[in-house]
Amino acid sequence: MLEPPAIRAAGLRPSWIAGGGVALLVAGVAGLSMGAVPIAAPRILLELLDHVPGIDVRSGLSPREADIVWELRAPRVALGFLVGAMLAVAGASFQGVFRNPLADPYLLGAAAGAGLGATIAIGGHLDWEVGPFDTIPLAAFVGTLVAVFLAYAVSTVGGRDPSPAVLLLAGVAVMTFLTAVQTFLLQRQADTIREVYTFILGRLLTAGWGEVVLVLPYAGLSITVLLLHRRRLDVLAVGDDEATSLGVDVTRTRLVIVVFASLATAAAVSVSGLIGFVGLVVPHIVRLLAGSSFRVVLPLSVLFGAAFLVLADLVARTALSPSEIPIGVVTAFFGAPFFVLVLRARGRLV
Amino acid sequence: MAGISIAGVSVAFDGRRVVDDVTLDVGAGEWLNIVGPNGAGKTTLLRVLAGLTAFDGTVTIDGRDAGTMRRRDLARLVALVPQIPQIPPGMSVAHYVLLGRTPHLRPLGAEGRSDLEAARVALERLDLLDVAERPVTTLSGGERQRVLVARLLAQDAPIALLDEPTTALDVGHQQQVLDLVDELRHDHRLTVIATMHDLTLAAQYGDRVALLDAGRLAATGTAAAVLTEDGLATLYGARVRVLRDGDSLVVVPVRRSGS
Repeated sequence: MLEPPAIRAAGLRPSWIAGGGVALLVAGVAGLSMGAVPIAAPRILLELLDHVPGIDVRSGLSPREADIVWELRAPRVALGFLVGAMLAVAGASFQGVFRNPLADPYLLGAAAGAGLGATIAIGGHLDWEVGPFDTIPLAAFVGTLVAVFLAYAVSTVGGRDPSPAVLLLAGVAVMTFLTAVQTFLLQRQADTIREVYTFILGRLLTAGWGEVVLVLPYAGLSITVLLLHRRRLDVLAVGDDEATSLGVDVTRTRLVIVVFASLATAAAVSVSGLIGFVGLVVPHIVRLLAGSSFRVVLPLSVLFGAAFLVLADLVARTALSPSEIPIGVVTAFFGAPFFVLVLRARGRLV
Repeated sequence: MAGISIAGVSVAFDGRRVVDDVTLDVGAGEWLNIVGPNGAGKTTLLRVLAGLTAFDGTVTIDGRDAGTMRRRDLARLVALVPQIPQIPPGMSVAHYVLLGRTPHLRPLGAEGRSDLEAARVALERLDLLDVAERPVTTLSGGERQRVLVARLLAQDAPIALLDEPTTALDVGHQQQVLDLVDELRHDHRLTVIATMHDLTLAAQYGDRVALLDAGRLAATGTAAAVLTEDGLATLYGARVRVLRDGDSLVVVPVRRSGS
C-alpha cells in the first residue's frame, strides 16, 4: 500500500533560510569591505573567521584597517541588521494583525509619534534615563505607542473590525495631527530644528558600539515575541470570529503584537530616524517569493530586512562619497522598482 | 459526545432583543436545525453557542457553564463552520485544515505529530489529499465546503455548529455536504446544530427543527410538527404547500393564482 503523503506544518523550507543566511553574509561582508578605504572581501572573510572562537587565521589587515572594520564599519553594519530586521518584522506583523496589506508602521502614524516623542525629548532637554535605556529611545517608544493606539482607537469608533480603508484614514489623521504638533514645537524651539531633522531624516548613526548595545535589548525582545506569534498571525488571518471560535483570545493577541511591533518600530526610529519602505516592501517580496504563511513571512522578513537595510546603507554612504544620501531615499529608490519587478513576475498583490 | 442546554438566553443589540428568552435542550448526538425568517435571530443564537456574542441567561455544555469557560476549552467542545468564511489568500488546504488544531496546541506552540496526523486523517476522510497543497481560494464552492468540514473534523470538538452550510451550493453539493455531515455525525458521534434557510433540507436532514420568530422560540419538534402550512404562512408570510414524500417532508412555495 502506498504511504499517504505527509502533511507539512509550515512552508518554511531550509533552502529559504539558507538563502536568507547567504544574503546576510553577502550584505555583511560588502558593508565591512566597501567605503573610503576599500578592503578586499576575502580578507574580510578571513578576519571574520579569525574572530570565530577556536579558529586562528591571519587576514593580513593592518591595525588601522582592523580599526576601520571593527570600530567604524562593524557597528554600523550591526545596527543596520538590527534596524532592518525590526522594521521588516514590525511591518509584517502590522499587516497581519490589521489584515491590511498596506499597513506599515509609518502609515499607522507610529513613526510620526516616535518623531514627536524625540522632538519633545531633544527640545525639552529631557533626561529620564531608565536603567540602560536613554531618553530619546524612551520618548520615541512612548510616542509610537500613543500614535498606534490613537490610530487604532479612531478606526474602531462605530465598528468592531476596522476595514483597511478606515484604518488607513485613521493612521493618516493621527500622523497629520502628530506632525502638526511636532511642527508647532519645532517652530517654538528653533535652536533644536537642525538636531531634530538630522535625527528624523534617517541615517544609521554610530559612534562605536554604543547604539548597537542600546538597541539590542529592544530588538531581541520584540523580534523574539513577534516570531513566537507567527502561527497566531496565521490564525488571525481567518478573521476575528473564526479565530475566536478556534480558541484564540483575539483582543489580547492583537494587543501583544501591536505593542511589540511598536516597540520594534520605536527602537528602529530612535537610532535611525524614519527609514521608509522596508517595513512595507520586504514582507511583501518575501510573501510573493516564498509563500503567504506568517510562519514563512516573519522569519524571512527578519533575515532579508536586515540584509536589505545594510545594502541600502552601503549605497547611501558610498554612492556620493564623502557626503551621505539619506538611507530612506535609497530604500525607496531601489525598493520600489524591485517590488514592481516581483509583482510583474508573480502577477498578484497578496 | 456532549449536549447543550440553553436556558433563558437573550441577546440585545442597541436595546433591541435579537434573541429573546430562548430555552432549548439539544441532546448529545442529536442534529437540530434552526429555521426562521430573515432576522429571526438564527445566526445570533448560533454565535451565542460559539461564544462569539455576549448574552443573558445560561448555556451549559457537557455539564459546564459555557459563560465562564476559557476560550480554548470552549473551542475544544464547540466548532463553528461560518456561513461566509474568511479564507486567507494563498493559504493551502492542508495549512487551513491544520488551523483547526489551534485549541489543542500549547499557547504559541507549534503542531506536533498527532496534530499533523489529525489533519491528514481529516483530509483523507473528505477526499482532499490530492488538493492538500493547493490554495483554498482556487477550489470550487463544493470543495471549499469540504475543506471547512475537514477543519471542523481536525478541531475534534464534539459539538458542530453550522451556519447556513448549504447557502452557496447547487442542489447536488447541498445534498453531498449534508450527507457528509450526517455520516460524520454517526462516525464521530457529533452533536450538530445548524441554521438552515431551505425548509425542505431542514426537514429531510436532522432529528428536530426549532423555529425562531423575532428572536423567540416559536416551536420545536419533529419537522412534521413544526413545519405546517398555516404556521409557515403566518411566520414567513409565505404561501407554501407541505407535501409528504415517503417519511420526509417537502416544502414547496406556491405562486398566487391568477397574477
